[in-house]
Amino acid sequence: MAEAVGRRPRRFRAWWPAWFLLPPVALFAGFVILPIVLAVLLSFCSWNGSSAIQYAGLANWRQFIHDPSALAALERTGVLVVASWLVQVPIAMALGLFAAGRQRHRALFTAIYFVPMLISAASLGILWNLLLSPINGGVTYAGTHFGLFFLNHEWLSDPNLVLGTVIVLVAWEFIPFHSLLFEAGARQIPKSIYEAAAIDGIGPYRRFFKITLPMLRHTIVTSSTLNLVGSLTVFDLIYTLTGGGPGQSTRVLALAQYLEGFESLSFGYASALALVLGVLAVIVSMLLIGVTGFGKMRSQSEGA
Amino acid sequence: MSQLQRERQDSVGQAARLPVASAGPRRARAAGMPGRLFRKGATWVLALVWLVVVGAPIYYMVVTSLEPTSVYLSANPWFPTKGVTGANYEAVFSSGIVSYFFNSVIVAGSTTILAVAVSLLAAYAIVVHGSRWTGTVFRCFMVGFAVPIQALMIPLYLAILRIGLYDSLLGLILPMAAFSLPITILVLVNFLRDVPRSLIDAMRVDGAGPLRVLIRLVLPLSWPAIATVGVFDLVSSWNNFVFPLILTQSPSQATLPLSVFNFEGNHLQNVPEIMAAVALSAVPLFVLYLFARRRLMAGLAAGLGA
Repeated sequence: MAEAVGRRPRRFRAWWPAWFLLPPVALFAGFVILPIVLAVLLSFCSWNGSSAIQYAGLANWRQFIHDPSALAALERTGVLVVASWLVQVPIAMALGLFAAGRQRHRALFTAIYFVPMLISAASLGILWNLLLSPINGGVTYAGTHFGLFFLNHEWLSDPNLVLGTVIVLVAWEFIPFHSLLFEAGARQIPKSIYEAAAIDGIGPYRRFFKITLPMLRHTIVTSSTLNLVGSLTVFDLIYTLTGGGPGQSTRVLALAQYLEGFESLSFGYASALALVLGVLAVIVSMLLIGVTGFGKMRSQSEGA
Repeated sequence: MSQLQRERQDSVGQAARLPVASAGPRRARAAGMPGRLFRKGATWVLALVWLVVVGAPIYYMVVTSLEPTSVYLSANPWFPTKGVTGANYEAVFSSGIVSYFFNSVIVAGSTTILAVAVSLLAAYAIVVHGSRWTGTVFRCFMVGFAVPIQALMIPLYLAILRIGLYDSLLGLILPMAAFSLPITILVLVNFLRDVPRSLIDAMRVDGAGPLRVLIRLVLPLSWPAIATVGVFDLVSSWNNFVFPLILTQSPSQATLPLSVFNFEGNHLQNVPEIMAAVALSAVPLFVLYLFARRRLMAGLAAGLGA
């Protein structure tokens, strides 16, 4: 240690960072890294929550391949992820650009736009469950009494409709977050570019496609990454809204692994499902981060 | 009018707003009006539609929570035509929401303090030491961004069970803080990189050790970043539902989001009371939003990487 000090007099004593990093590394290793390792191990075991954990070889993975409900859950998750991306990114961008305007009345609008972010996803699921309830729920009432006939559907109990309902409500939950992201991105586009374009006589539509859209490309990638991973793993809202039902109509992968584990008590098989979910999430974020570079994705000065 | 013409006229209208061109003929401005008016109108219609889409459910939550339970099924749920009452809120209070509130305060508060404190240590070591191995540690933390907590419910349950922290608030605080580390460390590292190196060196030359430099120099300089990322940690742990769901069992250890869910399960027929519970659980963040909107939004944006 003394030698290191002698050799590098402009540095602190060489090993102080180890002491500083010990608490965070211990916390992270114990509650993030260790569970990742356990998740892999558990997927090769059988455990019912109370008995001893037993090695089960590939049994869980064999079950996964032959389990039609797991494959259906995977397919549902895919539909949810793709539809969520298609619905959320354009709306969030439009709202973000609207919010980026500095007029005072816009600030009033956006103050309300961001309110859903303050309520926990679990509470939102409960709120929407009651709103969409066929027994005098707000939406049903509006459909029958206010003449809004297009609202007259069994939004949560019709198996053909309910996944669509979930997609819309997940969008309702997440769009405020993403529009916040686009607002920040749009505010970093230098005004001078628009002024120059106006002088050159560039119309509003070309301004959007030739200036705004390209300048927001990093924001779009960031938002898409968070969006894809977010809807892949969305749990709270669906769990409190439908619990995966009716039947298995909204049983996406995140719910399937929870229900297999904590309700059916086959924690080994549930771990295999959870591992699939985790690997998918890692692949999606790695792919998108690889496209842009990590530094750019989370840069403070993106788009400038 | 062709698209091209409209665009040209629009652009004339736009140019007319600029100081340079404002001396131009008035009719140029007038010619650009229909397109501009149309776009302005469309913008406001869409803005209003979204306002209703977001505002109506929130409004509904408040109104329904004030309707008397006895008339709810026969009343108009959107307008309290049959009187308002505070009885639903009384029922929620008597169900013990205050103790869940304090559980949430303890969990979210401790999580935030723990996560920010150890992240500051980590960020300081990573930035100031700046060697290859601290860089490796930093990248290991960043791996945490890619790992969703939903995929780790079962192993976390197992780990917490085995170390004897199941059904305790500490068993919620530790994993929540651990999962907050990647974003907290990232925000603090980005901030600390901008602290002038000469200030740190000057203190060191005066004989200050690393801990002293951290407490006397870096900590006071870092308050804006700490507040921003602290708000994010606070909001996300306050609203965390997954960890209490899988890591606690007894009502005495429930936090607000879980208690609202349990309340719904126990009062299935009583919509106004459930709405009152949902509304009350959101009150603390609403208050924060009212009084510290800028700070809160900055924190949420930081958590998103904006």
